[in-house]
Amino acid sequence: MNDFPVLTTLGVLPFAGALVVAALPRGRELLAKQIALAVTLVMLALTVAMALAFEPNAAEPFQFVEKTPWIEQFGINYAVGVDGIALVLIALAVSLAPVVILAGWNDADDNERHRPQTYFALLLALLGCIVYVFAATDLFLFYVAFEVMLVPVYFLIGMFGRGQRTYAAVKFLLYSLFGGLLLLAALIGLYVVSVRELGTGTFDWTLLAGMPIDPDTQKILFAGFFFAFAIKAPMVPLHTWLPDAAASATPATSTLLVGVLDKVATFAMLRLVIPIFPDASEWAAPFVVTLAVISIVYGALVAIGQTDMYRLIAYTSVSHFGFIILGIFAFTEIGGSGSVVYMVAHGLSTAALFIVAGYLVKRRGSSLIPSFGGVQRVAPILAGFFLFAGLASLAMPGMASFVGELTVLIGSYQRWPVAAAIAVIGIVLSSLYVLIMYQRVATGPATENVKGMRDVFPRELVAFAPIIALTIAVGVFPKPVFDVVNPAIERTYSFLNVEPVEPDVPDVDALTEYGVTEGEGTE
Amino acid sequence: MMPHLVEPFDTPSLEYQLLAPMLIVFGGAIIGVLVEAFAPRGARRGIQLVLSLLTLLAAFVALLVWTRPDLGQIVASGNVAIDGPAVFFQGTILVLSFMAFLLFAEREVDSAGDAFTPSAATIPGSESERELTAARVSQTEVWPLTLFSVGGMMLFVAADDLLTFFVALEVMSLPLYLLVGLARRRRLLSQEAALKYFLLGSFSSAFLIFGSAFLFGYSGSISFAGIYDSLSSGVELDPLLLVGTGLVSIGLFFKVGAVPFHSWVPDVYQGAPTPVTAFMASATKVAAFGAMLRLFYVALGDYDWNWRPMFWIVTILTIVVGSILAITQTDIKRMLAYSSVAQAGFILIGVTAASESGLSSTMFYLTAYGFATIGAFALVTLVRDGTAEATHLSRWAGLGRRSPVVAGVLALFLLSFAGIPLTSGFIGKFTVFEAAIDGGATPLAIVGAIFSAVAAFFYVRVIVLMYFSDSPEDAPTIAVPSALTTLSIAVCAAATVALGVFPGPVIDLAEQAASFIR
Repeated sequence: MNDFPVLTTLGVLPFAGALVVAALPRGRELLAKQIALAVTLVMLALTVAMALAFEPNAAEPFQFVEKTPWIEQFGINYAVGVDGIALVLIALAVSLAPVVILAGWNDADDNERHRPQTYFALLLALLGCIVYVFAATDLFLFYVAFEVMLVPVYFLIGMFGRGQRTYAAVKFLLYSLFGGLLLLAALIGLYVVSVRELGTGTFDWTLLAGMPIDPDTQKILFAGFFFAFAIKAPMVPLHTWLPDAAASATPATSTLLVGVLDKVATFAMLRLVIPIFPDASEWAAPFVVTLAVISIVYGALVAIGQTDMYRLIAYTSVSHFGFIILGIFAFTEIGGSGSVVYMVAHGLSTAALFIVAGYLVKRRGSSLIPSFGGVQRVAPILAGFFLFAGLASLAMPGMASFVGELTVLIGSYQRWPVAAAIAVIGIVLSSLYVLIMYQRVATGPATENVKGMRDVFPRELVAFAPIIALTIAVGVFPKPVFDVVNPAIERTYSFLNVEPVEPDVPDVDALTEYGVTEGEGTE
Repeated sequence: MMPHLVEPFDTPSLEYQLLAPMLIVFGGAIIGVLVEAFAPRGARRGIQLVLSLLTLLAAFVALLVWTRPDLGQIVASGNVAIDGPAVFFQGTILVLSFMAFLLFAEREVDSAGDAFTPSAATIPGSESERELTAARVSQTEVWPLTLFSVGGMMLFVAADDLLTFFVALEVMSLPLYLLVGLARRRRLLSQEAALKYFLLGSFSSAFLIFGSAFLFGYSGSISFAGIYDSLSSGVELDPLLLVGTGLVSIGLFFKVGAVPFHSWVPDVYQGAPTPVTAFMASATKVAAFGAMLRLFYVALGDYDWNWRPMFWIVTILTIVVGSILAITQTDIKRMLAYSSVAQAGFILIGVTAASESGLSSTMFYLTAYGFATIGAFALVTLVRDGTAEATHLSRWAGLGRRSPVVAGVLALFLLSFAGIPLTSGFIGKFTVFEAAIDGGATPLAIVGAIFSAVAAFFYVRVIVLMYFSDSPEDAPTIAVPSALTTLSIAVCAAATVALGVFPGPVIDLAEQAASFIR
């Protein structure tokens, strides 16, 4: 296992799969889907093997490291490796991939313009970019994956979306490119600083993290990095591309986009922003936390007012990303670890919501909430899934998001009590938007609109089951995730100079074991 | 005893090996003229095609064998400098010209023959024009003319004194004025473009030579080294110097298409036969930037504190105006023209850095940009309405489904222009931004980054049209080109990907070559 280039295999395999799938002729649509599913399952097996071989408490920051010179003139390496956080997020992406492929098996079939082969090839290519963006330990490689990722998403929305797909695709691309190009300028600035500080320019994380940078330069570079990630995350007021994209994309695309791809931003805050710009991160923390709290409350409030299910889910994500960023910038280990768990939980709950919403929309032909009503009567299992997805999103105890939300709030209360107190409003609001949506769609007598609606097919059931299993597993027994993530979080915050806040609550392990069974009593 | 009426005359020594690439190109052009005079009409095209391609090939081989990018030497009695940048740019010009020549030879995409009118002297739409077209007469003078222009470009990037500089500029430009007017289709547009280009080009040449006179007046020398020497000892705010620098800059800014001297670019790029546009947008741009770099880095090298502010303004204007005006275009050739204005702005970022990395990054960017440009214009020739090219953007809708290869390759070039990673354009942007930030021009890099996103909008718009829109009812036909155009497009696409994924060797070469000799 040690010599086997597992990360490169994980990264290259989906691209190879994409080429094969794209090359299949007309009439071989089923084979294309099967190949795509097979590729993701092989990746899942590889990831499981990697996770089992991973040593959480190893001394070196990254494991499964591979490093080859790429563009030597600029000190650029092809360097990959994972720490606990990256491992967890790659695992999330790779677990969701077969799920969304299975759930969206027929999503591209009725597209008269483009072939399903293209759709699945683009999904696989996107997956490859996602693996690289989490696995890259060279900032240049990270940036390349970060930007190239836009291309498959853009085509997925524009070619296979619905409604205002073109507008949404272009808006997504331009927002992301704008942030990305500023990130590029900041990245080059960082490179120039590294030339001056270290003698030779480098993009190697292990050399850049903790490198002394003049505080003023740090602030400028921090701004460039943070802006790009704030668009990606997305934070209010840079979030407006997300609802449009989510409303137009297929559920599979939205799941990967919102559930996984946007985590790149929060991941990068932990991986890049804090270790490389610690002073600027501390300096900007009050501002970031304010924005995060605004995102939490604003996202939730706007979500309540949505009539389109996809847009509603997108706004809930804006709110949830606020929690994640709040946890990261709490600069406490419990907040940081909590935010990573929340990333996983949000990935799962968003996937659940988008997939069930996709099932509903596929049947009804509309994503507007008022065009449903009483689904429960005609399709009870489907409605049950919908309720589960909603509860996972509003952080019911026993669900993964509960662990994340609770630890984030505990962690951030220690440093930002006021912000944490306001953030609690987000929890209340989340019950509102989820339950109102569920009530309008599923409860009551079956309306004309939903008469004759089929309940879930076996394929849909098989696709959804793993999400239920994972959501409950992480919700009930989050310890393995915390075990893997904690050392990496500890390393991340070790670059900061903030005085640690003495936790006035039990340590994370103890807390999470209680967390589920005695849920609300822990605080 | 007879008094000496004239000074004793030393025959200038010529370093034939170092000058060989240029001599070969000019020699090939002269043989081409002789072919026009003596070969029977039917045989000319074949002879010219083989002759021109062999000439370029031979010149490239001579360049590889006899020159080295890391050594410099001033030759031809101090008129020409064959140093790293000169060799690099000459090689780039030769390769790009070769690609453009392949497009010149294309006869398959237009039912009537190649892209050039059978006789420029006939009145558009007249009976004699129809007769000549029916007889499938082709204008083979384009080959020697273009070779002369290529020779002029090669001299332009190596010229080491103001007079050679001006002569090279004219040798490069005069054939271009003519070539622009030779389009087979839309001849009035083409002739208008030629006249406009000629008039404005003459003005800019006049500015350049006038400025040269001022610089000579200031320094008493026409050689770049002489100007440099007098700068290091003379008065630095001398009006002669200021005016001279300004006027010479106008001439050069005109040639590279920088704002506010860009107004010819869209008209000329649109009106010229598309292969000529490809040639101008790539090779000519390389030559003009090469010459600009030499003048400002060699002659005015120690004077950068004074010319850099001007470059800052022009750079920002060029990027901003080019990007914004490109958004409003509805004709793909005009859009690519404005895009080339914006790209000139990005290249100027590298020039403004006024450092060795500024030089090498500019060199890399020009190479990357040249290939993508030729490829993009080559693809423009393939989409046709009946006979003429379908250049209105709406005609390109739905192309992705009808011709995935054409649309896919064009999308690659557009993504490269937009600076998406894994394409050459991204590495180009990366290197110029790096040079700018390293050289203390961080705001330029930030403006560049912001307007890259603006520029992305119009590149992406074409992709949107090709992939996300439905084809029009009477969709244009996609011509199947001959092997020549196919080869040209394939090489350009391969170069765009290769320079994006493994740019190491070319960056290395550019860094080795990045030092002027004085």
